[in-house]
Amino acid sequence: MTTEQEWPLWEVFVRSKAGLDHKHCGSLHAPDPQMALQMARDVYTRRQEGVSVWVVRSDQIVASDPGDKTMYFDPAEDKVYRHPTFYELPKSVDHM
Amino acid sequence: MQASIELDRRADVQYLLRIGDTCLILAQRLGEWCGHAPALEEDIAMTNMALDLVGQARALLTRAGQIEGRAHDEDQLAFLRDERDYFNATLVELPRGDFAFSVLRNAMVATLLKLLWERLATSSDEEVAAIAGKAVKEARYHQQHSADWVVRLGDGTAESNARMNAALKELWRFVPELFASDAVDEEARASGLGPAWSELRETWFAEMGSVLEEATLAVPAESAFLSTGKRGVHSEHMGYILAEMQHLQRAYPGGVW
Repeated sequence: MTTEQEWPLWEVFVRSKAGLDHKHCGSLHAPDPQMALQMARDVYTRRQEGVSVWVVRSDQIVASDPGDKTMYFDPAEDKVYRHPTFYELPKSVDHM
Repeated sequence: MQASIELDRRADVQYLLRIGDTCLILAQRLGEWCGHAPALEEDIAMTNMALDLVGQARALLTRAGQIEGRAHDEDQLAFLRDERDYFNATLVELPRGDFAFSVLRNAMVATLLKLLWERLATSSDEEVAAIAGKAVKEARYHQQHSADWVVRLGDGTAESNARMNAALKELWRFVPELFASDAVDEEARASGLGPAWSELRETWFAEMGSVLEEATLAVPAESAFLSTGKRGVHSEHMGYILAEMQHLQRAYPGGVW
């Protein structure tokens, strides 16, 4: 089987309950969007993990290069003033 | 070896076992795909479906045992009946065939079960109505997933289309049995336990017809052959599937996990 005949790869995002974000939970192979959604449902939500599913073609995701890690992320290391540590969060804010 | 149980073949028990056994035997056939489906994702989808069907069968067999009144539980009914006391439609006992055969059969059975569960949700038996309310959600998904496959394979490559056509030709012979009426059906309809399967015929043909049309497959002419699984008279495949299902319970009576 050549690469062109294989089903494309999809990334799966599941929302575990209303109000929360969709979280990346894995990937799968599927022939088209509709099947990808159904298979995501079967593979990743059969133990009540979710109330909503997104699938995205993996080749549509633009990712940062691991080689750029130091250049991209290290400069944030010594800039604590960017954290909102001086604010008290109200108790009712759960998901910050 | 564990002997067979003596089933009371009263009409309401037979009616429930027709549905429960259709779920049970199809689940067994679908389970055969475990580790053999064309892709890991579909392997999980098919075995999920099999487990849903086992769940539906368990509920109906339990209820049938209560109505029967001989203290037979779901396990005894599932594993200790003789072949003639199983009332599944012949369609589901046929060997699993290739993937095209299995997805087309799934679509045909899921469409039937969906229509049945929708009607059973208002059964005069509250327990059955509750089972149906839960099962109809599963059946809707089974129908969508398997119908989507029928469309993809029918309207796919020359190879997949040829396989779907071959499956259609083989399976369509077993459709008349699904909607043939008899005394068991009539009694259930009269008592409000559930619909006569013949009442679902028109909607089933309409729904299957639109799936087949989208799949560029022609609906075959109706067969004159009438299979008889629902009356307990099965094809030559039934004995083998029961031997596989039953041998553990027969050899080790009451064995549990």
